Amino acid sequence: MTAATWGLLVAVFVACVVEMVEATTIVMAMGFTRGWRSALLGTAAAIGLLAVVTAAAGYALTTWLPESLLQLVIGGLLLIFGLQWLRKAVLRSSGRKAIHDEVKIYRERAEQARAAGESRGSLDMFSFVVSFKGVFLEGMEVVFIVITFGLNAGDIPVAVYGAAAAVVFVLLVAIATRKPLSMIPENLLKYGVGLLLASFGTYWSVEGLGLFRAGSGSLAWPGHNFAILGLIVVWFVLTRVFVVVLRTPGNGPSDAGDESTTKELAA
Amino acid sequence: MRYVVAFGRFWYDFIIGDDWKIAVAVVTALAVTCALMLSGAVTGPALAVLGGAIVVVCFAVSLAVDVRRKS
Repeated sequence: MTAATWGLLVAVFVACVVEMVEATTIVMAMGFTRGWRSALLGTAAAIGLLAVVTAAAGYALTTWLPESLLQLVIGGLLLIFGLQWLRKAVLRSSGRKAIHDEVKIYRERAEQARAAGESRGSLDMFSFVVSFKGVFLEGMEVVFIVITFGLNAGDIPVAVYGAAAAVVFVLLVAIATRKPLSMIPENLLKYGVGLLLASFGTYWSVEGLGLFRAGSGSLAWPGHNFAILGLIVVWFVLTRVFVVVLRTPGNGPSDAGDESTTKELAA
Repeated sequence: MRYVVAFGRFWYDFIIGDDWKIAVAVVTALAVTCALMLSGAVTGPALAVLGGAIVVVCFAVSLAVDVRRKS
């Protein structure tokens, strides 16, 4: 495999691990508090619907949409997702937002599950619906990541393999530990994925603006794909500056060295 | 009607999320870049670089507004 293919595989794997951890926390909370049958049925239904959406969206995007429109729409969505993740990373590390905690989220979900009362039918609708929504919502972001990264690299199968490996990895860890996956450095991964999504999103969405000019050809970045590396550096530096500027008194270490700041950004 | 509202809310939550200012910043940045392109004021690779810079500035402004409101 080439370096670009490995890059695609790792990027999709990391992005999907992050989404899978959040979905797994929800399903585990339902499974341990209300029983596994309905939670797993809801999960299976969501995965089935996601497969249909992926096939339909992938076919429609590659068949009907011109390249520049594809870049604009998908790039715009990736940019919004990526910037939302970077915003949260900045606010968390500057002490302005609570740190994402899977154990706390698990406890809250479990409390909600207990408070919902017992189910009377053979299917526990509360557990089914909560599991379905959790897996489907997190999975939709995975679908976007797989389709967009795969299309850009011209290698959808590798993107699918990366996502499938992430699903297997998270499931194995969940089955082995049988508790919320707080040991996975989710906040650090989220920051990294946010940087990737924001950089790729900026690149594609600006390219796609060529749709509105004569000929509808995509805009060209200097250095073509290498410009993405420059964008990653720009977003990284900007978020570091924001963390320093926005840090509230009493939050964050006084030492703003590379390693500590990177960890802090992701916290 | 309830299902239409739920469907719309799902897509709003999915795309816009918990901070609408990010989506507004992205749309504004792309609209400004598009206007520059159509005016012919900037062309070639410089336009792409300027577009990226406008995205960065719009994100910075949205974050500044966000923080200012909360503090």
